[in-house]
Amino acid sequence: MAALSINNVCKTYANGTEVLKGIDIAIEDGQFLILVGPSGCGKSTLLNMIAGLDDISSGDIEIGGKRVNDLSPKDRDIAMVFQSYALYPSMSVRKNISFGLEIRKMPQGEIDATVERVAQMLQMTHLLDRKPSQLSGGQRQRVAMGRALARNPSIFLFDEPLSNLDAKLRVEMRTEIKLMHQRLKSTIVYVTHDQIEAMTLGDRIAVMKDGIVQQFGSPQDIYDNPANLFVASFIGSPSMNFIPAQVVESAGVLGVKICDDKGCVILPLPHAQDKMKPWLGREVIFGIRPEQITDARTAYREGLPVMACHIDVIEPTGPDTLVFVSLNNTKVCCRTHPTEAKLPGHSMELVFDVSKAVLFDPTTEQRIA
Amino acid sequence: MAKHLTPGRIVLYAALVLMAIYYLLPLYVMLSTSVKTLDDIRGGNLIALPQSITLDAWSKAWSSACTGVECGGMKGFFWNSVKMAVPSVLISTLIGAVNGYVVSMWRFRGSDVLFTLLLVGCFIPFQVVLLPMARLLGELGIANTTSGLVMVHVIYGLAFTTLFFRNFFVTIPDELVKAARIDGAGFWTIFFRILLPISGPIFMVCVIWQFTQIWNDFLFGVVFAAGEAQPITVALNNLVNTSTGVKEYNVDMAAAIIAALPTLFVYMVAGRYFVRGLTAGAVKG
Repeated sequence: MAALSINNVCKTYANGTEVLKGIDIAIEDGQFLILVGPSGCGKSTLLNMIAGLDDISSGDIEIGGKRVNDLSPKDRDIAMVFQSYALYPSMSVRKNISFGLEIRKMPQGEIDATVERVAQMLQMTHLLDRKPSQLSGGQRQRVAMGRALARNPSIFLFDEPLSNLDAKLRVEMRTEIKLMHQRLKSTIVYVTHDQIEAMTLGDRIAVMKDGIVQQFGSPQDIYDNPANLFVASFIGSPSMNFIPAQVVESAGVLGVKICDDKGCVILPLPHAQDKMKPWLGREVIFGIRPEQITDARTAYREGLPVMACHIDVIEPTGPDTLVFVSLNNTKVCCRTHPTEAKLPGHSMELVFDVSKAVLFDPTTEQRIA
Repeated sequence: MAKHLTPGRIVLYAALVLMAIYYLLPLYVMLSTSVKTLDDIRGGNLIALPQSITLDAWSKAWSSACTGVECGGMKGFFWNSVKMAVPSVLISTLIGAVNGYVVSMWRFRGSDVLFTLLLVGCFIPFQVVLLPMARLLGELGIANTTSGLVMVHVIYGLAFTTLFFRNFFVTIPDELVKAARIDGAGFWTIFFRILLPISGPIFMVCVIWQFTQIWNDFLFGVVFAAGEAQPITVALNNLVNTSTGVKEYNVDMAAAIIAALPTLFVYMVAGRYFVRGLTAGAVKG
């Protein structure tokens, strides 16, 4: 187990393409780091650079306080789980797990004991003599994890390990990975494009886009306090609502003006008064998550602003019903209790919990308040 | 689903049978002629069945027919060809495998250019290299020897074997090599322990392709290995063109079949791997 520190790391290809533009990330020993972002954001490249499979153009990567820039992958004391599992097709499961240990000249007795221990931990003792082609997707995934575990490295690297599994299995394996992390207290770097995986697994999340870390923090912090419009839209499902709105003053309190085809209300934002002042009379982007617009029964506080809205579409998900309305000519998603949701075409009273609402600059897309 | 013999099917089968006969006819003519006596050949027509079967022509073709001034049959030249083809096939296939491994899994600056240049080798006609190659063999002192011929065939075959292996290896996920590197395996360990064990189909393709090419080659054989070291194709040509009085068609046919037998054999044994290897897709797992 070891801490990982990435200092001002850049990656430029020979043709001049800049893939990573100065990445700074540091995690402590035993932390679970998630690199998340849309495809092409550089997250897999960064992981490959930590593994030593890709060269570092500039900057430093340190594992356990030791600079590893010039070490080959085998000397970095890492293990990696790949999206395609990358099991050796001609070898049995046992051989797949022991291959790395044999190459490192571990005594045969120790190898056997390690394989046995890992197989028991992942409940795949009965699979040890099968070939990868005789395994299901979930079992292959397990073997790939077993191969990494057997090595007992200082850092585990996961490259979208659950992307090839079906939805149900993905959720199961997610829990299993989390359990494994809690038990082993291992340092893990995990790449994914799935924000739910990022939220559920990580101690620390680095949201990346265009080769830049947009925000680095704990999952809850990133969810509640997104640094910019991209992070706010990327994390959370259904996505945060972004409503273009004017900053107005009403009874001495600044708020945003929200209208539908019937009329307007002003939502006061007491928590953001100072930062809103320069924007009085100008247009901002008002960000509010679906669960913060809900029915009167689900809203647990009195005195919140209420607005009767015309329902366009509803999407029942089971635990909640998503109600879509149109505010300031923008489609807005609201999460309501299934029994409280009205039918499309009807009007419904919606309660706005603005205490966690955020504001963005419409041109720079950076957070205002 | 039950198969009914509809008129369409009947026409289809008839056409197929007809075409099969058309393609098999030359083989039949060769076989039947080779077991006929000379009188039988002169008396009957080409596709008539032999009146009596004799293997005299075969034994003459194998051990006593004249190829030019010598009269030792095809025997010696058959072994010449074996001594030429087996090493050429093995060496070119093995080097091709390593080449393909490098240009697909260990790309370096300029590896694509190198691969393109190798590909060009597939399109160079034999005749173009005759003179320079003859000079080179002369300089090296291996003109008119089997080793010289082996070298020529290895160099010529590399372009094809590299192409075959490269195209096979690019279908294998890079992650396999990455995983092995992280596990601590080096260049050769990855090649021998991970990639070669799954390369069976493409090996068969290479071996069949190379063996057919090299065994059947006439031009290089006649130019670079005349006389003692000449391969069977050249000997066959000499045998057919050497006539003292009567033209012995039965001996010619027997000799031709002897010359073709090894390639026929390779196709029968390994032919199904050929198609399988050419269509082998991504190796999942």
